[in-house]
Amino acid sequence: MAEPTKKLEKKPIPKGIYEVVNEYTGEGWVYSDIVKEHFFHPRNLLLEEPKDGDFDAVGEVGSPACGDTMRMWAKVNQDEDRIQELKWKTFGCGSAIASTSMFSVMLTENGGMKVDDALKIKPQHVMDRLSGLPNRKIHCSVLADKAFRKTMNNYFHASGQHDRVIVENSRVIDPKLNITDKDIEEAVLEGAQTLEEVQKKLKVAVGSPEIVTEVDQLIRFYKEKYYG
Amino acid sequence: MKRIYLDHAATTPVDPRVKEVMLPFLECVFGNPSALYRDGRVVKEAVKSARESIAKILHCTSEEIIFTGSGTESDALAMLGVMKKNQIRKKDGSLKKGHLVTTTFEHHAVLYNAERLEKEGYEVTYVRVNKEGLANPKDVRDAIRPDTVLVSVMYANNEIGTIQPIHEIGQIIKDIRKKRRESGDPNPIWFHTDACQASAYLNLDVQKLGVDLMTINGSKIYGPKGIGLLFVRRGVKLEALYEGGGQENKLRSGTEHIAGIVGLGEALKLVQEHKEQENRRLTELRDYFIKGLFERVPKIVLNGHPVKRLPNNVNISILDIEGEAMLLYLDKYGIEASTGSACDSATLDPSHVILALGKPYEFAHASMRFTMGHSTTREDLDIALKTLPGIVEILRKISPVHLDLDATQMSTAAAFAGEGFPHWEAKRGSKLKLRSKQ
Ligand code: FES
Repeated sequence: MAEPTKKLEKKPIPKGIYEVVNEYTGEGWVYSDIVKEHFFHPRNLLLEEPKDGDFDAVGEVGSPACGDTMRMWAKVNQDEDRIQELKWKTFGCGSAIASTSMFSVMLTENGGMKVDDALKIKPQHVMDRLSGLPNRKIHCSVLADKAFRKTMNNYFHASGQHDRVIVENSRVIDPKLNITDKDIEEAVLEGAQTLEEVQKKLKVAVGSPEIVTEVDQLIRFYKEKYYG
Repeated sequence: MKRIYLDHAATTPVDPRVKEVMLPFLECVFGNPSALYRDGRVVKEAVKSARESIAKILHCTSEEIIFTGSGTESDALAMLGVMKKNQIRKKDGSLKKGHLVTTTFEHHAVLYNAERLEKEGYEVTYVRVNKEGLANPKDVRDAIRPDTVLVSVMYANNEIGTIQPIHEIGQIIKDIRKKRRESGDPNPIWFHTDACQASAYLNLDVQKLGVDLMTINGSKIYGPKGIGLLFVRRGVKLEALYEGGGQENKLRSGTEHIAGIVGLGEALKLVQEHKEQENRRLTELRDYFIKGLFERVPKIVLNGHPVKRLPNNVNISILDIEGEAMLLYLDKYGIEASTGSACDSATLDPSHVILALGKPYEFAHASMRFTMGHSTTREDLDIALKTLPGIVEILRKISPVHLDLDATQMSTAAAFAGEGFPHWEAKRGSKLKLRSKQ
């Protein structure tokens, strides 16, 4: 074999050398064993496509920072208002995988958390259980939290508990159903183009004819914004 | 476990023969080449001979070689140096800032300096590349204006390895220069190329290429890091980036990095001497690897032209998976490669090169670069080919994304409702097309 240089002897990397080094700041990091464990063996992944009725709600969110996405499925024990199952899939990095795996464990261990308590779990709590993440990877652990809130809102809508919907960074358009401008934007991005199509997804304004004009305007606004 | 290094485009190990010639200058020969006593003279001689050896390869004179600290520095010196020094003289005799032409998929060392020039009031045109990652010389010609001072197009792309038509562009620029001269136009136009990725594999004859400035560095050619050079054709006027003792033709002050210079000279000589034989070997390995990947892994695309690319570069997008996760898994099995995913970059930007090919950002997140080198064997690639499909299968199971091979827009727009699309999507400004109704 043509080999101009002699084979280079590879020496083992000395202990304490960082696994991740930020090429700009030089910040170094070694992933904790827990992070690695959850990354290579993620818990609660949804491996098969779910059948109708397997779950009570599903929600998907993206990270505007990096473009990664997370989808989550939840089954709720309605009598006890507890998280019974929490499954997920992600188009995301190692830290997103590890932190979502840990998040799902925390919410479902010991018989599952009460829904209200589960909604109080913050990325910081997940990070603590993971023994930390590199600075620029903190936004990844936010994905799980965001996906879960979204899933729960969808659950609240689906189970008629509209008053439990958590409204964040958005404006309520339909006060009876707690449907926001963000929900309408999402329906348009999913491909709905008319009031009827949006209503098929959201039931928005069905019992409140006085807001129909506003909903219509929003649909037109988002259509123009995204499809031009 | 055997470590398999497939990231030679990031950097190469130092060739032991290069290290050998460098050692004396780190151990016992330490004079300052500006000094007149013997130790100074020995060192001066060493620098001179490295310069001559490089000049021979580049087919230029020794005086036309400026040693710098890196490829990045050479790029910056070429771009900032030429643009600042060469103001455009208008008909009425007044001066104005010149125009720069470059491409959308240059290395950041060129792109970010272009952006800096824009902030300082210079105008820049970014020529687009086609979907195979090649710049069209005609597009470059169309972008050139009467006030264009510099054109900068990379020789070979660092991510996808595509080789740009430098000779053709060089010819166009020569013609324009000639016309300007004939019409009495005093304004110069120069052609710069960043050849860092190309220098181990391609011909570096600056006369044949028709370039006026060319960047090369040590760390991609089995030489030391921390050393680079800029070829500056006689007659090209540059402003130094900073002042000092006036070394390197007053263009790059600072005591010379002797061991680095000697090492760079030796490294360039070695790779150029052996390039034909080594290119043949690498091309075979490259094509073997590409074929193997396509046989074993469904739903992948090769990024960049299949043959107008460096002999050591394989860049594929493995749809629906995210590259950083892929890297971590590969690393577990001892395989070292790189990705264009945003998650693996400090700025969280997906590869601007893959985006420049007109693909949705998920293709960038899914892109994996494997670059081979001296130490790479067919056995290494067989191990990689055996390992990869299993990892892909796991990561695809994890993924909620299902892209089409011919996708032209992001797949999960709805997931970003309320918070806005990632910033690079806004920058691209493209509108979504409605998918057929479900
Ligand atoms: S989720 Fe995108 S970088 Fe971690």
